[in-house]
Amino acid sequence: MGEAAITTAIATEPAVELKGITKRFPGVVANRDICLSVAKGHIHAVVGENGAGKSTLMKILYGMQRPDEGEIRIDGAVVNFHTPGDAIVAGIGMVHQHFMLADNFTVLENVILGSEPRKGGLAVDFAAARKKIKEISDAYGLGVEPDALVEDLGVGDRQRVEILKVLYRGARILILDEPTAVLVPHEVDELFDNLRVLVREGLTILFISHKLDEVLKVADAITVIRRGTTVASVDPHEVTARKLAELMVGSELPSPETRESTVTDVVTLEVSGLTMADTGAGPVAKGASADELRAAGVRLLLDDISFTIHKGEVLGIAGVEGNGQAELVEAIMGMRAINAGTVSLAGADITGWSTLKRREGGIGFIPEDRHRHGLLLEAPLWENRILGHQTREPNVKGIWIDRAGARKDTQRIVEEYDVRTPGIDVDAAALSGGNQQKLIVGREMSGEPALLIASHPTRGVDVGAQAAIWDHLRNARAAGLAVLLISADLDELIGLSDSLKVILRGRIVADVDPGSVTPEQLGSAMTGAGEGA
Amino acid sequence: MSTFLDRVFGRVGLGGVMALVAPALAVVFAGLVTSVVLLIAGHQPVEAFTSLVEYGAQPRVLVLIVNLATTYFLSAVAVAVGFRMNLFNIGVDGQYRLAALVAAAVGGAALVPGPLNIVLVVLVAMLVGALWASIAAVLKVTRGVSEVISTIMLNAIATGLTGWLLTADRLGVLSGNAIGTPPIPGDAHMPGMALIPGTPMKINGFLVVAIIVGVAYAVLLNRTRFGFNLRATGRSEPAAVASGVNVKRMVVAAMVISGASAGLIGMPELLGSSFEYSLNFPTGLGFTGIAIALLGRNNAVGMAVGALLWGFLDSSSDALQLMDISKELVDIMKGVIVLSVIIAYELVHRYRVVAAQRKVSRELAAPAETEGAAA
Repeated sequence: MGEAAITTAIATEPAVELKGITKRFPGVVANRDICLSVAKGHIHAVVGENGAGKSTLMKILYGMQRPDEGEIRIDGAVVNFHTPGDAIVAGIGMVHQHFMLADNFTVLENVILGSEPRKGGLAVDFAAARKKIKEISDAYGLGVEPDALVEDLGVGDRQRVEILKVLYRGARILILDEPTAVLVPHEVDELFDNLRVLVREGLTILFISHKLDEVLKVADAITVIRRGTTVASVDPHEVTARKLAELMVGSELPSPETRESTVTDVVTLEVSGLTMADTGAGPVAKGASADELRAAGVRLLLDDISFTIHKGEVLGIAGVEGNGQAELVEAIMGMRAINAGTVSLAGADITGWSTLKRREGGIGFIPEDRHRHGLLLEAPLWENRILGHQTREPNVKGIWIDRAGARKDTQRIVEEYDVRTPGIDVDAAALSGGNQQKLIVGREMSGEPALLIASHPTRGVDVGAQAAIWDHLRNARAAGLAVLLISADLDELIGLSDSLKVILRGRIVADVDPGSVTPEQLGSAMTGAGEGA
Repeated sequence: MSTFLDRVFGRVGLGGVMALVAPALAVVFAGLVTSVVLLIAGHQPVEAFTSLVEYGAQPRVLVLIVNLATTYFLSAVAVAVGFRMNLFNIGVDGQYRLAALVAAAVGGAALVPGPLNIVLVVLVAMLVGALWASIAAVLKVTRGVSEVISTIMLNAIATGLTGWLLTADRLGVLSGNAIGTPPIPGDAHMPGMALIPGTPMKINGFLVVAIIVGVAYAVLLNRTRFGFNLRATGRSEPAAVASGVNVKRMVVAAMVISGASAGLIGMPELLGSSFEYSLNFPTGLGFTGIAIALLGRNNAVGMAVGALLWGFLDSSSDALQLMDISKELVDIMKGVIVLSVIIAYELVHRYRVVAAQRKVSRELAAPAETEGAAA
């Protein structure tokens, strides 16, 4: 932690100063009286829960939104940004959480896209661009290769390309929005090394995060945001992670820990030899096994996956996103065709069943993207209650929709799952993310499912809803539910799971004991660091 | 979030008084624009509109309006079934023309006696419409062909096919210079209803069929499982898939229903006034249906109102000619109405979303006593 003190610039004028920033959206105040002062050459962390208003604040600073009240000063001068273009001119650069790179372009092409150096008025001056990229990369120790194709790069490299992109445009103040969300622990360390070099060279970094241990490791100063306003500015050397968390939440923290095991020896879900080929490159032979497909050089999205989940057991799947988790879920739900393997539920072979039949057979599904797969946003809550249960009581009677029954049961879910809503006739879109998710959890738990597939069940929800959802999962598990849990939150995975498997490039590469593993160990297993020859 | 198209095609709800006020304002706005056009052309708007309304209020014209509206409404329903699930059946036009031709030929052959022949003709028309539409559906689910493209092309093919079928050695019969299908015998004509006093003209009996179709459409969509699945697919296909809806089957089913409804479009004309399919058979009704479905936001009552409005504009346009005003003015008015209705719906929708969010956060922010009352 001693490295954190590397700060050479003398704090004279703050690089960024925000005074009394307030931003209202219809019905909510996203930011209220924000005050923030960032010293030159500092890594300044802005921490807060999901939904606390960090992103809005950064959008304001980057000119994507305009504050209703308040003042922004850059290097002491008052600025008024109308577009991100204005912010870029003022030397502010933003590295987005989700990379904005074209995969089929080289690093060089991605970096210059939109600000190409010209030669003779028309032609792009690639030589000059390459030279400049090289210079920047060397000066800040980014180690970026200008002619590499972006699709060949790993996540950490892509992030460095994003950083280089903003440096190329002359940024002196970098905003990094949740930069570690997509990284595994050792990549995080590399990123922090890069950031330390950047500030040593005189740049200023605004680092948005809600991961406290990381913030404490890297930041020179920390500002805490809660419910849209700045509640504290603290020195990382004088604060503990626990204290910081309490500042963020304003109360005691929930924990995903489960206590005693409720695992039985009754098998609920058995998956064996599940294989799915990437058909993007063309059709593949039907009925071919994983070995045959591999021999034919076909890329496998799911490669011979087998596991069982017992009644009362939570099986966690850990992995860096995009390693087959989504495909695994869709295969078990019957939403995507598989090439080989079988799925059986409580002893019955369901491999050939439709999604509807699987749902009727007792599979509940909390999808990864609730807006796309879980809800009809512009339909009232009670219609959303019917979704996925269109063939079952109390929503239907024969071919007819049972409005009264569906409405009554929606009211039950709203009460039992504490969905904060003025009524069941409001559109799902009007609810906050946490309340939408509670509605989905309540819906998927109805009809006594045997298996619940929970894909990132607490992503993007507030701490209160998170604790409630964990409680519901634990209670259902105690009542004999089998749960397949997929999550990017390693604490959640370790805390809730009875057993834990690691998925990498579509294969199960490791079994981990959630009782003894640390997030760091799990993280390195996720990148294949523990994988032998 | 809903897209602009979702809102245009009524896949997201628009509740309350605003749903009525918006189109009414749009019609008023269209009247204003038309007035400007009239003024530029050197006519008196007030006079023109008065004569439009006076003309349209005559019993004879009222019958015409209702009869036109019956046909337009059937066309709008056929289009709306597809729109509700994000399926753009642009091919309603070809479907009804081909259906009417084949049905006319079957009816002219008088295979069964009397009223049974009416039933046979209608069933044949629905079957042909459904089959023609299902070509586009099958192409979409098996080969991924956009139904917009395929139905437009099928319209052109239908035009060619009807032309080929309507020749003397196939389904057509020459009488003088005109060619048409053999006339449907008198015992199989749809009886009219003398509902409006003061004129010997009768309301087409298919008005009853149109009302039944409208009710069936509303019930099917809003009260049945099938309708729920159809609307869910239209609102969000990924969510429908995850909920267990077989989207391919829904595409085929919706297209078949749309095509079968399209088959009905030519029936009021065929069984109520022309009794044969000839070169004079009305064309382009499928496109009128698209405009009316937009106007009525795919809502049965809304489409009925829209169809009546269109019927009024179409049949009263003759009044303009009496005043030396070009009847194309009515087309200007129609265009402006559709355009301003869409804009009005969009404005109302935006207002509603903001209002709903505000309402939710206000009610949630209210003191705990409301929560206590709810619990």
